[in-house]
Amino acid sequence: MSSASNVTSESPGTPTAVGQAVEPAAGASGSGPKPGRGSSDAGLRAQGVAPKRRVEVRGKVLTGACVAVVAALVVALIVMICGQGVQTFTKDGVPFSKFLFGTAWNPTRTDADGVPYVGALPMIAGSFSVTLLSCLFALPFALGSSIFVVEVAPRFGTRIFRPVTEVLVGIPSVVFGMIGLYVIVPLIRSIVGGTGYGIMSASIVLAVMILPTVTSLSIDAIASVPESYREGSLGLGCTRWQTIVHVVLPSALPGILTAIVLGMTRAFGEALAVQMVIGSGGASVMPTSLFKAATTLTSVITMNIGNQAQGTLYYDALWSLAMVLLVMSLLFILIVRLIGRKGSVKND
Amino acid sequence: MDEMDDNLTESAPAAGARATVTPAAGGAEVVARDVDLFYGDHQALFDVSLDMPANKVTALIGPSGCGKSTFLRCINRMNDRIAGCRHTGSITLDGQDVDTQIDEYLLRTRVGMVFQRPNPFPLSIFDNVAYGPRRHGKPSREALRQTVQRCLERVGLWDEVKDDLKKSGLGLSGGQQQRLCIARTLAVDPQVLLMDEPTSALDPISTSLVEDLMSDLASDHTVIVVTHNMQQATRVSDYTAFFYMGKLVETAPTTELFSRPKEKQTEDYLTGRFS
Repeated sequence: MSSASNVTSESPGTPTAVGQAVEPAAGASGSGPKPGRGSSDAGLRAQGVAPKRRVEVRGKVLTGACVAVVAALVVALIVMICGQGVQTFTKDGVPFSKFLFGTAWNPTRTDADGVPYVGALPMIAGSFSVTLLSCLFALPFALGSSIFVVEVAPRFGTRIFRPVTEVLVGIPSVVFGMIGLYVIVPLIRSIVGGTGYGIMSASIVLAVMILPTVTSLSIDAIASVPESYREGSLGLGCTRWQTIVHVVLPSALPGILTAIVLGMTRAFGEALAVQMVIGSGGASVMPTSLFKAATTLTSVITMNIGNQAQGTLYYDALWSLAMVLLVMSLLFILIVRLIGRKGSVKND
Repeated sequence: MDEMDDNLTESAPAAGARATVTPAAGGAEVVARDVDLFYGDHQALFDVSLDMPANKVTALIGPSGCGKSTFLRCINRMNDRIAGCRHTGSITLDGQDVDTQIDEYLLRTRVGMVFQRPNPFPLSIFDNVAYGPRRHGKPSREALRQTVQRCLERVGLWDEVKDDLKKSGLGLSGGQQQRLCIARTLAVDPQVLLMDEPTSALDPISTSLVEDLMSDLASDHTVIVVTHNMQQATRVSDYTAFFYMGKLVETAPTTELFSRPKEKQTEDYLTGRFS
């Protein structure tokens, strides 16, 4: 923290202060001012033009300070969430395995051994179900439409399809939740009966939500396949679809996988829209049906965090759920990175 | 339409079988007559008529933008991909019009193409060569292995890569990649090989390997090569055609064209008075 505060105190400094602070360093590095340079500096200053070197230094300090702030923010967030999240296990003494694999959630009660009911498995299962299912629903449409707009109708793609998907990206999740509530839930209810709330409804809503993200990234991935691969395949007498299936898609695979994982990250972390259509299932009920009310990590956190006093076990347990969310998103990002690295090696 | 369908159904399996089992058949004669080509309103080729005899190397030379590559891409209809590109006149392959009498996909198995920059697929060396035969039929594993070996041997790459067939084709050097691309083209057993400045991205040693290959391949293929390099044309080709500003200025046996050009423009170009 001390380094961050140093930088922030420096960044708004006056130009002269910055210049003074860095001048010795520049001299030490061997590119110091030559004799006579000072007078020309003065001349420039008289004309109201800052010396070039000073502008360079100022730019470096300002942008460097921004980097420091962002980096400090990321580190602080991770440290804080994990610090709060592990309290359940350190301060409250809940075994980690009970939290991760337990299926009963009622942090205000304790079981026979005196361990509170903080089993998060139903929520973890709920989160993964909606994430995987929504990707499964979104992927065929994303892939199909991106193939169409890159390979078949590129003009339609850039003029109409891309702008439309960008509009979809901009729609707030609460709107998706409302549409889900008034369209998907009654639809599911009329088809399979029951309340209509549940993992299926949530997955469909999420699928629509992540569709533009996955589509847009898939379009980028497919469009970045070198034209020479297509020409090579067509030149061997292959049809366009043979070329797409056997050359274009395999080459675009790393990019498409990245698109899927980023879609999963978004689905995994979405709270509002999910909560509106997944119903209020008991947090200690393992999801057994796609059509019954269920819970996810995010829905339990949003519903309960406002009602718990700071420092209680319940409060700590909710932070532990947040920590699971964080760790999962970090894992997703790591996967994206690994895929990206592998892809770049492959296409070199 | 019927004619095209017949061609497709009768010849496609034959092409597949030929590609995987028997060695190459002879080259085919390519004849262009009165070809005018337009990109939209812009005319890029003017009344080009050219005979490219079977089992010979024909070099197309001329300054950049003279239409020689465009002309080359008419022969296997790669220009069909470009919106607004159309041509009049005719190009025939052993007497069959490539635009009306031969199916587009079948045509490209008979007229293979090697590109300016080596473009192996991001697949293994084996899969690169096996790509064509696999798409055009269901060759047995053994037939496929034989085809891959035959084609790699033909381009002189077999000894260099026989232990690395599973490695990516992208890991090869530029010259090896280009020979791999030639092998990949040979695997569907074309009668004609179009080469669009195949050595312009290669170092001198790789260039000379590919040049030797061109002359050698003419024994059972018709080779048509676009080149910027006049020395290359004299080294590899039997016939040379000089293009300038979309027009075919002069065509003659290579030695004749280079020693006694008939046209003033040809002479100026060969002596470097313009480029």
